[in-house]
Amino acid sequence: MKNRAWLFLTPALVLVSLSAFIPLMTVVNYSLHVLFPGSIPYFVGLQNFREVLNDEVFMGCIKRQIIFALQILIIQIPMGLAIALAMPKKGNWLTLMIVLLGIPLLIPYNVTGMVWRVFTRMDLGVVPRVFASLGYDYRPVEHVADAWWTTVVMDVWHWVPLVTLLCFAGLQTIPDAFYQAAKIDGASTWATFRKVTLPKLRYVLTIAVLLRTMDSFNIYSEPYILTGGGPGTSTLFMSIYVSSQAAGAFDMGTGAALSVVYLVIVVLLCYLLYTMMLNVGKGGADR
Amino acid sequence: MKKKVVGLVLYAIFSLIPIYWMVNCSFKTTTEILSTFRWFPEHPTLRNYLHIFGNEGWRASFINSFEYVGLNVLLVLVAAIPAAYAFSRWKFRGDKHLFFWLFTNRMAPGAIFMIPMFELYGNMGLFDTPMAVALAHCLFNLPLAIWILEGFMSGIPKELDETALIDGYSFGKFFIKIFLPLIRPGIGVAAFFCFLFSWTELVLARTLTSVNTKPISVTLTISLGAEGWDWGVLAAAGVLTMLPGVILVYFIRNYITKGFSMGRV
Repeated sequence: MKNRAWLFLTPALVLVSLSAFIPLMTVVNYSLHVLFPGSIPYFVGLQNFREVLNDEVFMGCIKRQIIFALQILIIQIPMGLAIALAMPKKGNWLTLMIVLLGIPLLIPYNVTGMVWRVFTRMDLGVVPRVFASLGYDYRPVEHVADAWWTTVVMDVWHWVPLVTLLCFAGLQTIPDAFYQAAKIDGASTWATFRKVTLPKLRYVLTIAVLLRTMDSFNIYSEPYILTGGGPGTSTLFMSIYVSSQAAGAFDMGTGAALSVVYLVIVVLLCYLLYTMMLNVGKGGADR
Repeated sequence: MKKKVVGLVLYAIFSLIPIYWMVNCSFKTTTEILSTFRWFPEHPTLRNYLHIFGNEGWRASFINSFEYVGLNVLLVLVAAIPAAYAFSRWKFRGDKHLFFWLFTNRMAPGAIFMIPMFELYGNMGLFDTPMAVALAHCLFNLPLAIWILEGFMSGIPKELDETALIDGYSFGKFFIKIFLPLIRPGIGVAAFFCFLFSWTELVLARTLTSVNTKPISVTLTISLGAEGWDWGVLAAAGVLTMLPGVILVYFIRNYITKGFSMGRV
Protein backbone atom coordinates (compact mmCIF):
# COMPACT_ATOMS: atom_id res chain seq x y z
CA MET A 1 0.00 0.00 0.00
CA LYS A 2 2.77 2.38 0.98
CA ASN A 3 4.64 1.72 -2.23
CA ARG A 4 1.56 2.32 -4.28
CA ALA A 5 1.18 5.77 -2.70
CA TRP A 6 4.67 6.73 -3.78
CA LEU A 7 4.04 5.33 -7.25
CA PHE A 8 1.02 7.60 -7.55
CA LEU A 9 3.10 10.53 -6.37
CA THR A 10 5.97 9.98 -8.80
CA PRO A 11 4.79 12.24 -11.65
CA ALA A 12 4.03 15.01 -9.18
CA LEU A 13 7.42 14.60 -7.49
CA VAL A 14 9.22 14.81 -10.83
CA LEU A 15 7.45 18.08 -11.61
CA VAL A 16 8.03 19.43 -8.11
CA SER A 17 11.74 18.71 -8.26
CA LEU A 18 12.05 20.42 -11.64
CA SER A 19 9.93 23.43 -10.76
CA ALA A 20 10.70 23.89 -7.07
CA PHE A 21 13.27 21.64 -5.41
CA ILE A 22 16.25 21.94 -7.76
CA PRO A 23 15.81 25.70 -8.31
CA LEU A 24 15.48 26.21 -4.57
CA MET A 25 18.68 24.29 -3.81
CA THR A 26 20.46 26.29 -6.50
CA VAL A 27 19.40 29.58 -4.91
CA VAL A 28 20.55 28.47 -1.47
CA ASN A 29 23.87 27.36 -2.93
CA TYR A 30 24.37 30.63 -4.84
CA SER A 31 23.54 32.69 -1.79
CA LEU A 32 26.74 31.44 -0.13
CA HIS A 33 29.00 32.39 -3.04
CA VAL A 34 30.28 35.40 -4.88
CA LEU A 35 29.22 34.71 -8.42
CA PHE A 36 30.19 36.82 -11.38
CA PRO A 37 29.06 35.54 -14.78
CA GLY A 38 31.88 33.66 -16.51
CA SER A 39 34.12 33.31 -13.49
CA ILE A 40 34.54 30.60 -10.88
CA PRO A 41 32.17 30.82 -7.88
CA TYR A 42 33.94 31.84 -4.73
CA PHE A 43 32.63 30.63 -1.37
CA VAL A 44 32.03 33.48 1.08
CA GLY A 45 29.76 31.91 3.69
CA LEU A 46 27.26 34.29 5.17
CA GLN A 47 28.79 37.50 3.85
CA ASN A 48 26.01 37.98 1.29
CA PHE A 49 23.45 37.80 4.06
CA ARG A 50 25.26 40.44 6.06
CA GLU A 51 25.00 42.68 3.01
CA VAL A 52 21.28 41.96 2.68
CA LEU A 53 20.63 42.88 6.30
CA ASN A 54 22.52 46.14 5.77
CA ASP A 55 20.64 46.85 2.56
CA GLU A 56 18.51 49.86 3.41
CA VAL A 57 16.36 49.58 0.30
CA PHE A 58 15.44 46.00 1.19
CA MET A 59 14.71 46.87 4.81
CA GLY A 60 12.53 49.71 3.51
CA CYS A 61 10.68 47.17 1.38
CA ILE A 62 10.00 44.95 4.38
CA LYS A 63 8.70 47.89 6.39
CA ARG A 64 6.53 49.03 3.49
CA GLN A 65 5.23 45.52 3.04
CA ILE A 66 4.13 45.29 6.68
CA ILE A 67 2.43 48.70 6.61
CA PHE A 68 0.72 47.77 3.36
CA ALA A 69 -0.51 44.47 4.80
CA LEU A 70 -1.92 46.19 7.89
CA GLN A 71 -3.66 48.90 5.87
CA ILE A 72 -5.32 46.57 3.39
CA LEU A 73 -6.45 44.24 6.20
CA ILE A 74 -8.01 47.10 8.14
CA ILE A 75 -9.94 48.17 5.05
CA GLN A 76 -10.66 44.87 3.34
CA ILE A 77 -11.85 42.64 6.18
CA PRO A 78 -14.63 44.92 7.53
CA MET A 79 -15.61 46.00 4.03
CA GLY A 80 -15.74 42.43 2.72
CA LEU A 81 -17.73 41.30 5.74
CA ALA A 82 -20.19 44.20 5.39
CA ILE A 83 -20.81 43.42 1.72
CA ALA A 84 -21.26 39.73 2.53
CA LEU A 85 -23.88 40.62 5.16
CA ALA A 86 -25.70 42.90 2.72
CA MET A 87 -25.78 40.34 -0.09
CA PRO A 88 -29.12 38.89 -1.16
CA LYS A 89 -29.50 35.35 0.17
CA LYS A 90 -30.73 33.65 -2.98
CA GLY A 91 -32.19 34.12 -6.43
CA ASN A 92 -30.98 35.92 -9.53
CA TRP A 93 -29.67 38.91 -7.60
CA LEU A 94 -27.32 36.61 -5.72
CA THR A 95 -26.01 35.13 -8.98
CA LEU A 96 -25.52 38.62 -10.39
CA MET A 97 -23.69 39.69 -7.24
CA ILE A 98 -21.34 36.69 -7.31
CA VAL A 99 -20.54 37.26 -10.98
CA LEU A 100 -19.85 40.91 -10.20
CA LEU A 101 -17.54 39.92 -7.35
CA GLY A 102 -15.80 37.36 -9.54
CA ILE A 103 -14.81 39.79 -12.26
CA PRO A 104 -11.99 41.66 -10.45
CA LEU A 105 -10.64 38.33 -9.15
CA LEU A 106 -10.52 36.63 -12.53
CA ILE A 107 -8.87 39.44 -14.47
CA PRO A 108 -5.15 38.75 -14.93
CA TYR A 109 -3.11 40.68 -12.38
CA ASN A 110 -1.13 42.62 -14.95
CA VAL A 111 -4.38 43.75 -16.57
CA THR A 112 -5.59 44.87 -13.13
CA GLY A 113 -2.53 47.10 -12.97
CA MET A 114 -3.24 48.31 -16.46
CA VAL A 115 -6.94 49.00 -15.81
CA TRP A 116 -5.92 51.19 -12.89
CA ARG A 117 -3.14 52.89 -14.76
CA VAL A 118 -5.50 53.88 -17.56
CA PHE A 119 -8.06 54.90 -14.94
CA THR A 120 -5.66 57.14 -13.01
CA ARG A 121 -3.39 58.58 -15.70
CA MET A 122 -3.11 62.34 -15.91
CA ASP A 123 -3.86 62.61 -19.61
CA LEU A 124 -6.57 60.02 -20.11
CA GLY A 125 -7.86 58.87 -16.73
CA VAL A 126 -11.01 59.53 -14.77
CA VAL A 127 -9.53 59.91 -11.29
CA PRO A 128 -7.42 63.06 -11.92
CA ARG A 129 -10.49 64.80 -13.41
CA VAL A 130 -12.64 63.91 -10.42
CA PHE A 131 -10.00 65.17 -8.01
CA ALA A 132 -9.45 68.30 -10.08
CA SER A 133 -13.14 69.14 -9.87
CA LEU A 134 -12.86 68.73 -6.09
CA GLY A 135 -9.92 71.10 -6.05
CA TYR A 136 -7.23 68.52 -5.29
CA ASP A 137 -4.12 68.25 -7.42
CA TYR A 138 -3.78 64.48 -7.96
CA ARG A 139 -0.35 63.44 -9.32
CA PRO A 140 0.40 59.73 -8.79
CA VAL A 141 3.63 59.90 -10.80
CA GLU A 142 5.16 62.62 -8.62
CA HIS A 143 3.43 62.58 -5.25
CA VAL A 144 4.30 59.78 -2.85
CA ALA A 145 0.97 59.80 -1.01
CA ASP A 146 -1.06 59.74 -4.23
CA ALA A 147 0.89 56.77 -5.59
CA TRP A 148 0.64 54.88 -2.31
CA TRP A 149 -3.10 55.34 -1.81
CA THR A 150 -3.79 54.53 -5.45
CA THR A 151 -1.99 51.23 -4.90
CA VAL A 152 -3.98 50.55 -1.72
CA VAL A 153 -7.31 51.37 -3.40
CA MET A 154 -6.38 49.17 -6.34
CA ASP A 155 -5.66 46.29 -3.96
CA VAL A 156 -8.97 46.89 -2.19
CA TRP A 157 -10.75 46.89 -5.54
CA HIS A 158 -8.99 43.67 -6.51
CA TRP A 159 -9.31 41.64 -3.32
CA VAL A 160 -12.38 42.73 -1.33
CA PRO A 161 -14.42 40.32 -3.49
CA LEU A 162 -12.38 37.40 -2.14
CA VAL A 163 -13.01 38.40 1.48
CA THR A 164 -16.70 38.83 0.64
CA LEU A 165 -16.97 35.44 -1.01
CA LEU A 166 -15.20 33.74 1.90
CA CYS A 167 -17.48 35.45 4.44
CA PHE A 168 -20.53 34.67 2.37
CA ALA A 169 -19.57 30.98 2.27
CA GLY A 170 -19.18 31.11 6.06
CA LEU A 171 -22.54 32.84 6.57
CA GLN A 172 -24.35 30.17 4.59
CA THR A 173 -23.22 27.48 7.01
CA ILE A 174 -24.91 29.18 9.99
CA PRO A 175 -28.30 27.46 10.53
CA ASP A 176 -31.36 29.72 10.60
CA ALA A 177 -32.31 28.24 13.98
CA PHE A 178 -29.57 30.31 15.63
CA TYR A 179 -31.06 33.57 14.38
CA GLN A 180 -34.58 32.51 15.34
CA ALA A 181 -33.39 31.68 18.84
CA ALA A 182 -31.70 35.09 19.10
CA LYS A 183 -34.91 36.77 17.93
CA ILE A 184 -37.01 34.95 20.52
CA ASP A 185 -34.56 36.03 23.20
CA GLY A 186 -35.05 39.61 22.04
CA ALA A 187 -31.40 40.16 21.03
CA SER A 188 -30.64 43.37 19.12
CA THR A 189 -29.17 43.20 15.61
CA TRP A 190 -25.77 44.18 16.97
CA ALA A 191 -25.89 41.57 19.76
CA THR A 192 -26.89 38.89 17.26
CA PHE A 193 -23.97 39.87 15.06
CA ARG A 194 -21.53 39.87 18.00
CA LYS A 195 -22.71 36.68 19.69
CA VAL A 196 -23.91 34.53 16.80
CA THR A 197 -22.49 35.62 13.46
CA LEU A 198 -18.97 36.67 14.37
CA PRO A 199 -17.98 33.56 16.39
CA LYS A 200 -19.35 31.33 13.62
CA LEU A 201 -17.25 33.14 11.06
CA ARG A 202 -14.01 32.60 12.96
CA TYR A 203 -12.69 29.99 10.55
CA VAL A 204 -13.33 31.88 7.32
CA LEU A 205 -12.17 35.17 8.81
CA THR A 206 -8.89 33.55 9.88
CA ILE A 207 -8.42 32.20 6.38
CA ALA A 208 -9.28 35.58 4.88
CA VAL A 209 -6.78 37.44 7.08
CA LEU A 210 -4.00 34.98 6.43
CA LEU A 211 -4.58 34.63 2.70
CA ARG A 212 -4.63 38.37 2.28
CA THR A 213 -1.44 38.74 4.34
CA MET A 214 0.33 36.09 2.27
CA ASP A 215 -0.83 37.48 -1.05
CA SER A 216 0.12 41.01 -0.09
CA PHE A 217 3.66 39.79 0.54
CA ASN A 218 3.72 38.35 -2.97
CA ILE A 219 2.25 41.35 -4.73
CA TYR A 220 4.13 42.04 -7.96
CA SER A 221 2.36 42.64 -11.28
CA GLU A 222 -0.19 45.21 -10.15
CA PRO A 223 2.13 47.79 -8.55
CA TYR A 224 4.86 47.01 -11.09
CA ILE A 225 2.57 48.15 -13.87
CA LEU A 226 0.71 50.85 -11.95
CA THR A 227 3.68 52.71 -10.47
CA GLY A 228 6.80 50.69 -11.26
CA GLY A 229 7.74 51.10 -7.58
CA GLY A 230 7.96 54.87 -7.77
CA PRO A 231 8.07 57.73 -7.19
CA GLY A 232 11.50 56.94 -5.74
CA THR A 233 11.04 53.76 -3.77
CA SER A 234 7.70 54.78 -2.26
CA THR A 235 5.74 51.84 -3.71
CA LEU A 236 8.65 49.42 -4.14
CA PHE A 237 7.55 46.06 -2.79
CA MET A 238 9.79 43.11 -1.94
CA SER A 239 9.09 41.06 -5.05
CA ILE A 240 9.73 44.01 -7.37
CA TYR A 241 13.04 44.76 -5.65
CA VAL A 242 14.17 41.13 -5.52
CA SER A 243 13.34 40.51 -9.18
CA SER A 244 15.09 43.70 -10.27
CA GLN A 245 18.18 42.67 -8.27
CA ALA A 246 18.08 39.12 -9.63
CA ALA A 247 17.84 40.35 -13.20
CA GLY A 248 20.05 43.41 -12.99
CA ALA A 249 22.78 42.89 -10.40
CA PHE A 250 26.18 41.74 -11.62
CA ASP A 251 26.87 39.48 -8.65
CA MET A 252 24.26 36.74 -8.61
CA GLY A 253 25.22 35.78 -5.05
CA THR A 254 23.65 38.90 -3.55
CA GLY A 255 20.46 38.44 -5.52
CA ALA A 256 20.30 34.85 -4.34
CA ALA A 257 20.79 35.86 -0.70
CA LEU A 258 17.97 38.40 -1.07
CA SER A 259 15.78 35.64 -2.47
CA VAL A 260 16.57 33.33 0.43
CA VAL A 261 15.69 35.97 3.04
CA TYR A 262 12.48 36.75 1.17
CA LEU A 263 11.64 33.05 1.01
CA VAL A 264 12.26 32.53 4.74
CA ILE A 265 9.83 35.36 5.55
CA VAL A 266 7.18 33.88 3.26
CA VAL A 267 7.64 30.32 4.57
CA LEU A 268 7.29 31.52 8.17
CA LEU A 269 4.02 33.22 7.22
CA CYS A 270 2.95 30.02 5.45
CA TYR A 271 3.59 27.98 8.55
CA LEU A 272 1.47 30.35 10.60
CA LEU A 273 -1.32 30.18 8.03
CA TYR A 274 -1.19 26.41 7.79
CA THR A 275 -1.24 25.65 11.50
CA MET A 276 -3.91 28.25 12.25
CA MET A 277 -6.06 26.93 9.43
CA LEU A 278 -5.89 23.40 10.84
CA ASN A 279 -6.40 24.42 14.48
CA VAL A 280 -9.22 26.89 13.95
CA GLY A 281 -10.86 24.38 11.64
CA LYS A 282 -10.86 21.78 14.42
CA GLY A 283 -11.92 24.06 17.27
CA GLY A 284 -14.35 26.22 15.37
CA ALA A 285 -16.33 23.56 13.57
CA ASP A 286 -18.87 22.82 16.29
CA ARG A 287 -18.91 25.79 18.58
CA MET B 1 -33.08 47.10 3.75
CA LYS B 2 -32.75 50.22 1.63
CA LYS B 3 -29.36 51.01 3.08
CA LYS B 4 -28.10 47.59 2.04
CA VAL B 5 -29.21 48.05 -1.56
CA VAL B 6 -27.65 51.52 -1.77
CA GLY B 7 -24.39 50.11 -0.38
CA LEU B 8 -24.32 47.26 -2.86
CA VAL B 9 -25.07 49.55 -5.79
CA LEU B 10 -22.29 51.93 -4.75
CA TYR B 11 -19.91 48.99 -4.50
CA ALA B 12 -20.99 47.69 -7.90
CA ILE B 13 -20.24 51.09 -9.42
CA PHE B 14 -16.82 51.21 -7.74
CA SER B 15 -16.02 47.77 -9.03
CA LEU B 16 -17.16 48.23 -12.62
CA ILE B 17 -16.10 51.79 -13.48
CA PRO B 18 -12.34 51.15 -13.90
CA ILE B 19 -13.05 48.21 -16.19
CA TYR B 20 -15.66 50.14 -18.11
CA TRP B 21 -13.17 52.95 -18.64
CA MET B 22 -10.68 50.64 -20.30
CA VAL B 23 -13.37 49.01 -22.46
CA ASN B 24 -14.52 52.52 -23.38
CA CYS B 25 -10.97 53.47 -24.40
CA SER B 26 -10.57 50.32 -26.47
CA PHE B 27 -13.31 51.52 -28.84
CA LYS B 28 -11.80 54.98 -29.32
CA THR B 29 -8.93 56.15 -31.46
CA THR B 30 -5.84 57.19 -29.52
CA THR B 31 -6.33 60.79 -30.64
CA GLU B 32 -9.80 60.81 -29.15
CA ILE B 33 -8.56 59.19 -25.91
CA LEU B 34 -5.93 61.86 -25.43
CA SER B 35 -7.85 64.90 -26.62
CA THR B 36 -11.37 64.61 -25.23
CA PHE B 37 -12.90 63.25 -22.06
CA ARG B 38 -16.04 61.28 -22.77
CA TRP B 39 -17.94 58.44 -21.14
CA PHE B 40 -18.87 57.03 -24.53
CA PRO B 41 -16.77 56.81 -27.69
CA GLU B 42 -17.78 59.54 -30.09
CA HIS B 43 -17.20 57.37 -33.15
CA PRO B 44 -16.98 53.78 -31.89
CA THR B 45 -14.32 51.97 -33.87
CA LEU B 46 -13.00 48.42 -34.07
CA ARG B 47 -9.71 49.70 -35.44
CA ASN B 48 -7.78 48.75 -32.28
CA TYR B 49 -9.04 45.18 -32.27
CA LEU B 50 -8.46 44.79 -36.00
CA HIS B 51 -4.94 46.09 -35.50
CA ILE B 52 -4.23 43.37 -32.92
CA PHE B 53 -5.71 40.57 -35.01
CA GLY B 54 -3.83 41.83 -38.05
CA ASN B 55 -0.50 42.31 -36.31
CA GLU B 56 1.89 39.37 -36.38
CA GLY B 57 3.50 40.23 -33.03
CA TRP B 58 0.30 40.58 -31.03
CA ARG B 59 -1.23 37.49 -32.62
CA ALA B 60 1.88 35.43 -31.95
CA SER B 61 1.88 36.56 -28.30
CA PHE B 62 -1.66 35.32 -27.78
CA ILE B 63 -0.84 31.99 -29.43
CA ASN B 64 2.35 31.63 -27.36
CA SER B 65 0.38 32.19 -24.18
CA PHE B 66 -2.23 29.60 -25.12
CA GLU B 67 0.54 27.14 -25.97
CA TYR B 68 2.33 27.15 -22.65
CA VAL B 69 -0.84 27.56 -20.61
CA GLY B 70 -2.39 24.53 -22.31
CA LEU B 71 0.78 22.52 -21.83
CA ASN B 72 0.92 23.55 -18.18
CA VAL B 73 -2.69 22.54 -17.48
CA LEU B 74 -2.06 19.17 -19.12
CA LEU B 75 1.14 18.50 -17.16
CA VAL B 76 -0.45 19.57 -13.90
CA LEU B 77 -3.57 17.45 -14.28
CA VAL B 78 -1.66 14.31 -15.30
CA ALA B 79 0.54 14.62 -12.20
CA ALA B 80 -2.01 16.03 -9.75
CA ILE B 81 -4.86 13.53 -10.19
CA PRO B 82 -2.91 10.46 -9.02
CA ALA B 83 -1.08 12.49 -6.35
CA ALA B 84 -4.34 13.87 -4.93
CA TYR B 85 -5.74 10.34 -4.93
CA ALA B 86 -2.75 9.13 -2.91
CA PHE B 87 -3.15 11.98 -0.40
CA SER B 88 -6.89 11.47 0.02
CA ARG B 89 -6.85 7.66 0.28
CA TRP B 90 -3.67 6.51 1.96
CA LYS B 91 -1.55 7.43 4.93
CA PHE B 92 2.17 7.18 4.33
CA ARG B 93 5.35 8.34 5.96
CA GLY B 94 5.80 12.07 5.54
CA ASP B 95 2.43 12.75 3.90
CA LYS B 96 1.66 15.75 6.12
CA HIS B 97 5.10 17.30 5.60
CA LEU B 98 4.85 16.85 1.86
CA PHE B 99 1.39 18.43 1.87
CA PHE B 100 2.70 21.45 3.78
CA TRP B 101 5.71 21.78 1.53
CA LEU B 102 3.46 21.83 -1.52
CA PHE B 103 1.50 24.58 0.19
CA THR B 104 4.60 26.74 0.67
CA ASN B 105 5.43 26.27 -3.01
CA ARG B 106 2.04 27.66 -3.92
CA MET B 107 2.78 30.77 -1.87
CA ALA B 108 6.43 31.22 -2.85
CA PRO B 109 7.06 34.40 -4.83
CA GLY B 110 8.14 33.85 -8.40
CA ALA B 111 10.90 36.44 -8.12
CA ILE B 112 12.96 34.00 -6.03
CA PHE B 113 13.02 31.44 -8.83
CA MET B 114 14.17 33.72 -11.62
CA ILE B 115 17.91 33.00 -11.53
CA PRO B 116 17.83 29.25 -10.88
CA MET B 117 15.08 28.50 -13.36
CA PHE B 118 16.82 30.52 -16.03
CA GLU B 119 19.98 28.46 -15.44
CA LEU B 120 18.28 25.08 -15.07
CA TYR B 121 16.04 25.33 -18.11
CA GLY B 122 18.85 26.96 -20.04
CA ASN B 123 21.05 23.94 -19.36
CA MET B 124 18.21 21.62 -20.34
CA GLY B 125 17.94 23.46 -23.66
CA LEU B 126 14.43 24.61 -22.88
CA PHE B 127 15.02 28.37 -22.74
CA ASP B 128 12.55 30.29 -24.90
CA THR B 129 10.30 27.26 -25.45
CA PRO B 130 6.71 26.85 -24.22
CA MET B 131 7.89 23.86 -22.19
CA ALA B 132 10.13 26.05 -19.98
CA VAL B 133 7.26 28.30 -18.90
CA ALA B 134 4.86 25.37 -18.56
CA LEU B 135 7.31 23.61 -16.23
CA ALA B 136 8.02 26.77 -14.27
CA HIS B 137 4.33 27.41 -13.66
CA CYS B 138 4.00 23.94 -12.13
CA LEU B 139 5.64 25.59 -9.12
CA PHE B 140 2.34 27.13 -8.03
CA ASN B 141 -0.25 25.30 -10.14
CA LEU B 142 0.63 21.75 -9.17
CA PRO B 143 0.14 22.33 -5.42
CA LEU B 144 -3.05 24.24 -6.10
CA ALA B 145 -4.46 21.42 -8.23
CA ILE B 146 -3.45 18.75 -5.71
CA TRP B 147 -5.10 20.68 -2.85
CA ILE B 148 -8.31 21.35 -4.77
CA LEU B 149 -8.58 17.78 -6.10
CA GLU B 150 -7.80 16.29 -2.70
CA GLY B 151 -10.73 18.26 -1.27
CA PHE B 152 -13.10 16.95 -3.92
CA MET B 153 -11.80 13.36 -3.63
CA SER B 154 -12.10 13.30 0.15
CA GLY B 155 -15.79 14.07 -0.32
CA ILE B 156 -16.23 10.67 -1.95
CA PRO B 157 -16.45 7.85 0.60
CA LYS B 158 -13.64 5.31 0.61
CA GLU B 159 -16.22 2.50 0.71
CA LEU B 160 -16.95 3.21 -2.94
CA ASP B 161 -13.41 2.16 -3.91
CA GLU B 162 -13.64 -1.02 -1.89
CA THR B 163 -17.08 -1.95 -3.20
CA ALA B 164 -15.97 -1.50 -6.78
CA LEU B 165 -12.91 -3.69 -6.24
CA ILE B 166 -15.01 -6.39 -4.57
CA ASP B 167 -17.44 -6.25 -7.48
CA GLY B 168 -14.56 -7.32 -9.67
CA TYR B 169 -13.49 -4.05 -11.23
CA SER B 170 -9.78 -3.79 -11.85
CA PHE B 171 -8.24 -0.71 -10.26
CA GLY B 172 -7.60 0.97 -13.59
CA LYS B 173 -11.12 0.39 -14.81
CA PHE B 174 -12.60 1.64 -11.53
CA PHE B 175 -10.44 4.75 -11.61
CA ILE B 176 -11.30 5.72 -15.17
CA LYS B 177 -14.91 4.52 -15.42
CA ILE B 178 -16.22 5.36 -11.96
CA PHE B 179 -13.90 7.60 -9.98
CA LEU B 180 -12.88 10.22 -12.57
CA PRO B 181 -16.47 10.95 -13.71
CA LEU B 182 -17.42 11.48 -10.06
CA ILE B 183 -14.79 14.18 -9.53
CA ARG B 184 -15.31 15.85 -12.90
CA PRO B 185 -16.35 19.17 -11.34
CA GLY B 186 -13.15 19.11 -9.29
CA ILE B 187 -11.04 18.54 -12.38
CA GLY B 188 -12.84 21.39 -14.11
CA VAL B 189 -12.24 23.78 -11.23
CA ALA B 190 -8.57 22.78 -10.91
CA ALA B 191 -8.04 23.17 -14.65
CA PHE B 192 -9.70 26.57 -14.67
CA PHE B 193 -7.56 27.97 -11.89
CA CYS B 194 -4.36 26.54 -13.36
CA PHE B 195 -5.33 28.21 -16.61
CA LEU B 196 -6.00 31.49 -14.85
CA PHE B 197 -2.81 31.67 -12.81
CA SER B 198 -0.59 30.54 -15.66
CA TRP B 199 -2.26 32.98 -18.08
CA THR B 200 -1.65 35.77 -15.58
CA GLU B 201 1.88 35.10 -14.36
CA LEU B 202 4.46 37.67 -15.35
CA VAL B 203 7.84 37.33 -13.58
CA LEU B 204 8.77 33.82 -14.67
CA ALA B 205 7.16 34.05 -18.09
CA ARG B 206 9.25 37.13 -18.78
CA THR B 207 12.49 35.58 -17.53
CA LEU B 208 12.15 32.35 -19.47
CA THR B 209 11.19 33.68 -22.88
CA SER B 210 12.79 36.00 -25.36
CA VAL B 211 11.92 36.30 -29.03
CA ASN B 212 10.15 33.13 -30.08
CA THR B 213 7.68 32.53 -27.29
CA LYS B 214 7.01 35.95 -25.80
CA PRO B 215 3.60 35.68 -24.09
CA ILE B 216 0.81 38.23 -24.10
CA SER B 217 1.33 39.30 -20.48
CA VAL B 218 4.91 40.30 -21.34
CA THR B 219 4.09 41.98 -24.65
CA LEU B 220 1.41 44.00 -22.90
CA THR B 221 3.77 45.05 -20.11
CA ILE B 222 6.59 46.02 -22.42
CA SER B 223 4.26 48.03 -24.64
CA LEU B 224 2.86 49.73 -21.58
CA GLY B 225 6.36 50.71 -20.46
CA ALA B 226 7.04 52.54 -23.71
CA GLU B 227 5.44 55.94 -23.33
CA GLY B 228 3.65 57.55 -26.21
CA TRP B 229 2.31 54.21 -27.26
CA ASP B 230 -0.96 53.57 -28.95
CA TRP B 231 -3.32 53.66 -25.95
CA GLY B 232 -6.32 52.49 -27.95
CA VAL B 233 -4.51 49.33 -29.03
CA LEU B 234 -3.20 48.72 -25.51
CA ALA B 235 -6.69 49.03 -24.04
CA ALA B 236 -7.99 46.58 -26.64
CA ALA B 237 -5.19 44.13 -25.80
CA GLY B 238 -6.07 44.48 -22.11
CA VAL B 239 -9.72 43.73 -22.87
CA LEU B 240 -8.77 40.67 -24.92
CA THR B 241 -6.47 39.42 -22.14
CA MET B 242 -9.17 39.61 -19.49
CA LEU B 243 -11.84 38.08 -21.71
CA PRO B 244 -11.28 34.37 -20.82
CA GLY B 245 -11.76 35.01 -17.09
CA VAL B 246 -14.75 37.28 -17.57
CA ILE B 247 -16.48 34.84 -19.94
CA LEU B 248 -15.98 31.95 -17.56
CA VAL B 249 -16.98 33.80 -14.38
CA TYR B 250 -20.63 32.75 -14.74
CA PHE B 251 -19.80 29.05 -15.06
CA ILE B 252 -17.27 29.04 -12.28
CA ARG B 253 -19.29 31.26 -9.90
CA ASN B 254 -19.87 28.64 -7.20
CA TYR B 255 -16.23 27.61 -7.09
CA ILE B 256 -14.34 30.93 -7.12
CA THR B 257 -13.76 30.79 -3.36
CA LYS B 258 -12.31 27.28 -3.65
CA GLY B 259 -9.70 28.33 -6.16
CA PHE B 260 -8.37 31.16 -4.02
CA SER B 261 -8.44 29.35 -0.67
CA MET B 262 -6.70 26.20 -1.91
CA GLY B 263 -10.01 24.33 -1.81
CA ARG B 264 -10.40 24.82 1.94
CA VAL B 265 -13.61 26.87 1.99
